[in-house]
Amino acid sequence: MGALSCRHVLSMSDLSVDDIDLVLETATPFKEVNERAIKKTPTLRGLTVVNFFLEASTRTRTSFEIAAKRLSADAINFGGSASATAKGESLVDTAQTLDAMNCDLVVIRHRYAGSPFILTQNMRAHVINGGDGKHQHPTQALLDLYTIRERFGAVKGLRVGVVGDIAHSRVCGSLVWGLTALGAQVVLVAPPTLLPACPKLLACPATPGEPETAPVTVSSRLDDVLPELDVVYMLRIQMERIEQAPFPSLREYAQLFGINRRRLAAMKPEAIIMHPGPVNRGVELTSDAVDTARNLLLYQVNAGVAVRMALMYLLLGGEDDGFAS
Amino acid sequence: MALLLKSARCIDPSVGLDRVTDLLIRDGRIVEVAEGIQLNKGVEIDCTGLIAVPGLVDLHVHLREPGQEHKEDIASAGRAAAKGGFTAMCAMPNTVPTTDTGSRVKAVLARASEVTRTRVHVAGALTAGLKGEALSEMGDMRAHGAVAFTDDGRGVQDSGMMRRAMDYAKQFGLPVLAHCQDESLSGEGVVNEGAVSTRLGLAGYPACAEELHIARDIALCELTGCALHVQHVSSARGVALVRAAKDAGLPVTCEVTPHHLFLCEDDIDDTYPTSLKMSPPLRTREDRDALQKALLDGAIDCVATDHAPHAPHEKALEFELAPNGTTGLETALGLVYTALVATGRAELALLVERMAHAPRRILGLDPVSLAVGSVADLTVIDPALHWTVEASDFESKARNSAFVGRQLVGRARHVLVDGYATLENGKAVPC
Repeated sequence: MGALSCRHVLSMSDLSVDDIDLVLETATPFKEVNERAIKKTPTLRGLTVVNFFLEASTRTRTSFEIAAKRLSADAINFGGSASATAKGESLVDTAQTLDAMNCDLVVIRHRYAGSPFILTQNMRAHVINGGDGKHQHPTQALLDLYTIRERFGAVKGLRVGVVGDIAHSRVCGSLVWGLTALGAQVVLVAPPTLLPACPKLLACPATPGEPETAPVTVSSRLDDVLPELDVVYMLRIQMERIEQAPFPSLREYAQLFGINRRRLAAMKPEAIIMHPGPVNRGVELTSDAVDTARNLLLYQVNAGVAVRMALMYLLLGGEDDGFAS
Repeated sequence: MALLLKSARCIDPSVGLDRVTDLLIRDGRIVEVAEGIQLNKGVEIDCTGLIAVPGLVDLHVHLREPGQEHKEDIASAGRAAAKGGFTAMCAMPNTVPTTDTGSRVKAVLARASEVTRTRVHVAGALTAGLKGEALSEMGDMRAHGAVAFTDDGRGVQDSGMMRRAMDYAKQFGLPVLAHCQDESLSGEGVVNEGAVSTRLGLAGYPACAEELHIARDIALCELTGCALHVQHVSSARGVALVRAAKDAGLPVTCEVTPHHLFLCEDDIDDTYPTSLKMSPPLRTREDRDALQKALLDGAIDCVATDHAPHAPHEKALEFELAPNGTTGLETALGLVYTALVATGRAELALLVERMAHAPRRILGLDPVSLAVGSVADLTVIDPALHWTVEASDFESKARNSAFVGRQLVGRARHVLVDGYATLENGKAVPC
């Protein structure tokens, strides 16, 4: 078993392609653990994992909590909606407080970009970014890559459409980097009002000396690109994170950028739908599209626990194995 | 008392001076400029190898007093100014309370006269409470010594209000200093919109949000005839707009900050350095290069620091929560000297014009020169001193410099205000 090249995972750029491969490979045996009757390994016994969530989250927090507990770590949830910062304590002070309690790993979710870095400067624990503002959500990207690789065998050469709110999506920030790092072609599909200023910069830059990674392209016409796609990745429309309505109505958005029965029929037979959840039914996906077997959302959720177990294991455990016994 | 500056290279383009000579100062005035002056009684300072210039002026400073003395106060800002080679500075009105009445202007000036020898000028608020809704009492503030009017920090959003304010300000013969920012376009933006906003997942503040208001205010300058000074211009197109206005003969001037001159958005890396969070934000490399060029060719009139001190805990926050700004008083001269003079891109005379003469002209202050009869406000620069910007070295109460760690050459050695030393041998003199 190898080791990661990084101490913290704040951004997909912290992970080399070898690191990504290692995480995904390590996740597979954990996925098997999760299918057992007794879903627990002693791997991280005695270690403390803090889920430091300063922004409302149920799915991601639960997934991390389950992952930590199945590795026998002591998993603590800290924060919730009533944050320490709401009491006037700075993130620096909260981090130092947690550090004084000798945590081994902290998963942070916060509405402000770059906040995980502040933790790394103020505590000794490993830090995993569980989503920072509109910046990064690397474990989501890893579980997405796992799901895609499980389905297609490899990521390289696939055509992946990422559809929706590119501008405000931390999922997209991580996913596009990961996909391009592993050699997929990515097309971003969105109205211009939901694109960041330089969408092509979301890609992993080519390593000097290596062949150039496939460029990221941009389109505002889902119907034009849909028949070519192997993966249709639908981003959630996050009403809470959009200041001014970037489209006239959900109805028009769904007409232009939603997957419905007609668009399902236009997809390649083997193409899959993915979504980071939770779905706004009738917006990104009609119920037909949610309930079809090509929608892998629940596989993603399932892989999420294993991928997060793998990441925690690699950051905290490394060599002294024992989980797969 | 007499003070003799011996063998300084004296540079003042306003009187065509650039030679090594002695300067004799008596009772706060320059009384003789000649070689080989002999002093019988008084203080003599050997300035061999040093450069004497008219005192530098920073026309854009946040003193934080009254109301936010934990960040800075007039005394500490005065020492910081001296350390940086400035003899005078102009205070912005966004204190607590706002400087928007005559009595508040008077209070700041009175306090300054008690706690610092650095000359303090006051810009009053353009609108009451800096709210952009109603005129401030500009006449009363003028009567109590205000030298300009500005809503610095926010900018007037309503175009009709800005027109009214400029119309009204015109009768007092004082310039309006415009913070140009259309908030409907800058929105929640905390960095330049473009590569850095995409890379870091931060909301972008596009240059056009600034440029639109520059264009608007130039149009209002033409309509009202009120002198317009554009603050902290940050983009190539912003400068182009000012340049075109000047070519058209309008009374428009502008300033640039050292941070917009010598940093760009690429310097904001994934450590989210809040010391580089500014308003307007650091723009592209191309913008930065265009600003340098415009400072050299005169499209930009002066350097102003927008000295914005903050307490350490206020900047040690998530990037989106941290306040804007960097300190500037103590680093501006070294930065300009290092990047433009030491490299041979600019003559010292240009530095004097951009950092001493132009700011006085813009604010309508009495001129200062290295000629007999002039008030003895002057800065003596050591052009050979290599130094590193260190937070622990600041006279300012604040540590939030965007340039900590930068290696510079050139630094103020002595500063005189009214013939009195505010900086002696590189050390700020207590008032």
